[in-house]
Amino acid sequence: MPMISNAPLIVLFPLAGFLLIGLLGWKYRNELVIGIVGSGVIFLSFATAVGVLFEMASLPEEARRSTVQLFPWIGTFTGTSGSLGVSVGYQFDQLSILMTLIVTGVGFLIHVYSIGYMHGDKGYWRFFTYLNLFIFAMLNLVLADNFVLMFFGWEGVGLCSYLLIGFWYEKTFTGDAAKKAFIVNRIGDFGFLLGMFLIMRTFDSLSFTSVMSSASVMPTGTPVMFWIALLLFVGATGKSAQIPLFVWLPDAMAGPTPVSALIHAATMVTAGVYMVARCAPLYALAPDVLMIVAIVGAATAVFAATIGLVQNDIKKVLAYSTISQLGYMFLAMGVAAFSAGIFHVMTHAFFKALLFLGSGAVIHGMHDEQDIQKMGGLKKYLPVTYATFVVGAIAIAGIPPFAGFFSKDEILWNAFSSELGSPVLWTVGALGAVLTAFYMSRLVILTFHGKERFDHHHVHPHEAPKTMTVPLVVLAGLSFVGGWLGVPASWGLGNVVEDWLNPVFEPARHKLMLAEHESHAAEFTLMTISVVLAASGIYAAWRWYVQHTDVPDRIAGKFARTYRILLNKYYVDEAYDAVVVRPTQTASDKFLWKGVDVIIIDGAVNGTAKVIAIAAQTVRRVQTGVAQSYAMVIVAGIVAVIAALLFI
Amino acid sequence: MVPIPYYLVLSAAMFMIGAVGVLTRRNAIIVFMSIELMLNSVNLTLVAFSVATGTITGQVLVFFVMTVAAAEAAVGLAIIIALYRRKQTVNLDEINILKW
Amino acid sequence: MEPTASMTSSILSWTIFLPLAGVVVLAAMKNAQVRSVKIVGCTASVVTFAVSLFLWFGYDAAAGGFQFVERVAWISSLNISYHVGIDGLSLLLILLTTVLTPLALIGTWNSITNRVRDYTIMILVLEVAMVGVFAALDLFLFYVFWEAMLIPMVFIIGMWGGQDRVYAAVKFFLYTLVGSLLMLVAILALGYAASQMPGGQFTTNLLDLYAVGPRLASSIQLWMFLAFALSFAIKVPVFPLHTWLPDAHVQAPTAGSVLLAGVLLKMGTFGFMRYCLPLFPEAALRAMPYVATLAVISIVYGALVAMVQTDIKKLVAYSSVSHLGFVMLGIFSMTEEGMQGAMIQMVNHGLSTGALFLLVGMVYDRTHTRTIDDYGGLAKVMPVFAAAFLFISLSSIGLPGLNGFVGEFLVLLGAFRSTALHSTAYAAIAATGVILSAVYMLWMYQRVMLGPTRESGKYGGNYVFDIGRREIGVLVAIAVLVVWIGVYPASLLTKSAGTARNLIHMMDQMQRGQMPRYAESPIELLPGTAR
Repeated sequence: MPMISNAPLIVLFPLAGFLLIGLLGWKYRNELVIGIVGSGVIFLSFATAVGVLFEMASLPEEARRSTVQLFPWIGTFTGTSGSLGVSVGYQFDQLSILMTLIVTGVGFLIHVYSIGYMHGDKGYWRFFTYLNLFIFAMLNLVLADNFVLMFFGWEGVGLCSYLLIGFWYEKTFTGDAAKKAFIVNRIGDFGFLLGMFLIMRTFDSLSFTSVMSSASVMPTGTPVMFWIALLLFVGATGKSAQIPLFVWLPDAMAGPTPVSALIHAATMVTAGVYMVARCAPLYALAPDVLMIVAIVGAATAVFAATIGLVQNDIKKVLAYSTISQLGYMFLAMGVAAFSAGIFHVMTHAFFKALLFLGSGAVIHGMHDEQDIQKMGGLKKYLPVTYATFVVGAIAIAGIPPFAGFFSKDEILWNAFSSELGSPVLWTVGALGAVLTAFYMSRLVILTFHGKERFDHHHVHPHEAPKTMTVPLVVLAGLSFVGGWLGVPASWGLGNVVEDWLNPVFEPARHKLMLAEHESHAAEFTLMTISVVLAASGIYAAWRWYVQHTDVPDRIAGKFARTYRILLNKYYVDEAYDAVVVRPTQTASDKFLWKGVDVIIIDGAVNGTAKVIAIAAQTVRRVQTGVAQSYAMVIVAGIVAVIAALLFI
Repeated sequence: MVPIPYYLVLSAAMFMIGAVGVLTRRNAIIVFMSIELMLNSVNLTLVAFSVATGTITGQVLVFFVMTVAAAEAAVGLAIIIALYRRKQTVNLDEINILKW
Repeated sequence: MEPTASMTSSILSWTIFLPLAGVVVLAAMKNAQVRSVKIVGCTASVVTFAVSLFLWFGYDAAAGGFQFVERVAWISSLNISYHVGIDGLSLLLILLTTVLTPLALIGTWNSITNRVRDYTIMILVLEVAMVGVFAALDLFLFYVFWEAMLIPMVFIIGMWGGQDRVYAAVKFFLYTLVGSLLMLVAILALGYAASQMPGGQFTTNLLDLYAVGPRLASSIQLWMFLAFALSFAIKVPVFPLHTWLPDAHVQAPTAGSVLLAGVLLKMGTFGFMRYCLPLFPEAALRAMPYVATLAVISIVYGALVAMVQTDIKKLVAYSSVSHLGFVMLGIFSMTEEGMQGAMIQMVNHGLSTGALFLLVGMVYDRTHTRTIDDYGGLAKVMPVFAAAFLFISLSSIGLPGLNGFVGEFLVLLGAFRSTALHSTAYAAIAATGVILSAVYMLWMYQRVMLGPTRESGKYGGNYVFDIGRREIGVLVAIAVLVVWIGVYPASLLTKSAGTARNLIHMMDQMQRGQMPRYAESPIELLPGTAR
């Protein structure tokens, strides 16, 4: 197997790029070389992954999974059976290779885009260093054959996210946003860690292969499986910005736009979804948790979409849209439609990366303006960006035959038809779809159509350079055709993605005893409804923002309170601050440090010293300093001793 | 030959005179002389026992004591002179720096 | 735990006493010869490091047990001997010491300006004592080294420290002494107990006492355990005995802080593993839930208090309390994972916190302020420094791939799997330390490094400049170790595996009641308490 044995190269190329640029880049600040090396290594990874994919496809279905062990990593090395022994090893199967292709493929396009976007920034080399490091970590996350290595990637992408959000470190808010992202992620990681420990306690192993095979013979619904699945899901909510840990993602938009596209839309934030999919056999043993996952996903999908309705920062809208779309993916996971969820990860990577990069082109063309209230009519200045942006918007809105339609519809259908699903979940999901179509159209209209609301004296919008527009066009193409890989079975065509992923998820679905539902009529009906809903969302936006532009203000005025709540994102940040952050700080400062430490403990220590000192002060008066009085005491002592000897 | 008790009584008397002198007198010189008196009372005892027992050890010891006393006298007087130079007095009540 | 007789060369003694050669040379020099004094000091410590490498490569991990054993009669009437030898645990800590000492000296090359010779002598003497503590196999010898370490450290803090140096030095001294005196009593009692065994005689030989301690009546074991444990717990330090640490750290000069955090604190945890557990296993099992509770409190408490500090050095000091709590938890989880994690965590903490103190020292040399609020935007004026600081911070907060993660992960996993602890709550609460460490380190990093630079361009009234080659060299050396341990910890863990295995084996025997015991209390050391 020539390709598979070389497969670790997929991971090593970005590492090489990271080291190369990181160690030499600060000295030789040649943008061209750095850009080519940085993108080139990702392309090499992508090419290798494609090779592996083809080889895998040529093998029979059951032989497609393989692992490559590199070297022992963390363990006790005592040789006792049952003690920890984790090595650095990679697992190549249908799921991981698909994710690898998404990461390296979209990653490569974004690298190329960054060559243009970051042009002239003095941290150019730093940017590519971080990006390569990110891809390296992300590939570790995806390809790991055990939980610990996955956690390495998991934390590694978190670190890169921290570094890249805080990339322009001289601004105050980037530091805040970066720190917030890292810490909120750490809260999720806390769950992940405990989940891992519980797995180790239950299965005596942390490698996917042995855990999943042990899981296949375990009974369903035990408390320990409930906790394992739930704790892992806590980790996923952190990384994938779900309720209640979503607060970091909107702030993360402080980073450069390619970062938002790569990390906070296409790849890293889907890591939580990927993890749940990877652990599908474990989740299959905890149907209760699957329900929680579905509910959280659906709730997040609508919740974030409502906030997205009123935001005015182009990237913030996209950020809330990302949170909402991630909610869909979790909804899919929750109803055990694992391949549908992964399919949505893929299409979402295409169109959301496209949208973010498009917004980057807009921001670039508008001299770092991000407020859509100060844009408008950009259509004629940025034609390529406009065209591709619209493709992305239609794709996310779920209009056939664009990519988003197929993946989102499959999720909605599963939410409705799966034994774990329910009409309620479908309704919530469909509501989210309307909102999505609405706010995306609003975004497009306010940015590209209508009056030009920017200041013509200072802002001269211009189209982005080729390195930026080419990736846009490629991604637009993918957003258009990408969905055709997963045409619903009811259309009579093969669902390539589902067929490909099926072997991976079969054990889990088997465990859940899910039957395939073949009710074409119902599926068509729901499909039609959702398309109509999406279209009505677009129509509403068109009516309110193009025809009767006074309507939005009137509505905002009428529901002032609701509007304010939405604009302020339901005051979640403020609530966390008041309930968690500030009390912890005050308690630590006033009670633990200045109370327990300084007053009680040090008080006791210094108090002891003081008592001794006071006693000594008193006793020392006996020392008069006159030698004769000492002698007198000595004599008295002698007399006493003699007397004692004589008379007692 | 004078019986031993006589020597011992005399020696004890000299010792007590010396001890009381050390404890009660305030003049450093006199205290110093009282110490010499005590030393010599011991010498007397040693010699007396030496003669009585017919061994030489006690007398040898006396020579040691006298040597030490001589050295002590030299050092002690030097200290007293140094003290006087510093404090303009040899009154022991005023020399009370040996505290705290 | 019989010593393997294979290695009989005196390489271990050379490692212990080689710095004294430097001291002898320095004694003949003057304080004014600043440059040559520094060169002699560094040479001595670097040569010591080179010699200690023989230990590293010579130690046969597969054979395990104590190696490089040397024994020379010392006070034969009491069976006290100069008896040294190392196992995996000592090996790691000795290497840590010999690595950190030269780095601390080179890293603070220009920090000390007065009485440089005396200062260098103190550091070298300190190194002798530290290595000696880790190598001693005789309790009396151990005690001598343990106390000998105190003297140079008190002088380092008291003479070359900051404003309140005398207060800090005295506090450090008294705290430590209170514990170690009780330990001395316990050592004597243990020696006496040996003499009361059938056919026994007074001895302080650790290997002999390993056969004595576990057979003592449980009440006596408990008292002795407590006497040892108090001394070690103060050194670690475990909450609530930790208040000397922030003061000592803040006041000590940089090299003092580095060695204090890097090595001295490990003497406490080392003591638990080398003395408390194998000598008094039954008492250790009884004390386990309480010690583990204190360890967990240390982790969370240290982190929370670190979070609100306004002084960078104090923040790092409190973070040490938190990190050492992990080590304690690992030891008292009584699992292989926990023990291994504890051992590697000792090394990790030595490297990362040592490096953090070096970094703080570097910036303090330039600005003469340690208050966090006096900083901001330093990353722009000192980019290399900021990068190094971030790297070490990440190692300290346990980012996978760097060293800190390996230890924390193993410790938490051990605590979680521990059957002896009876509860996963210890590990679960301790794991919040993972969140909190990110909070306090990144918050501090943000306030010091990120954001806009000071408008005046001055920090603490001084213009600053980035770190130079010497400083970068020291940091790179540490960074290499940090990555190496993070990526390939097997090279360390295989060395320490034997120690963990022995301890676990012993505890297992104890729990299963297979430890051979004398039928009844062999001694009545403490009337009324013996069974």
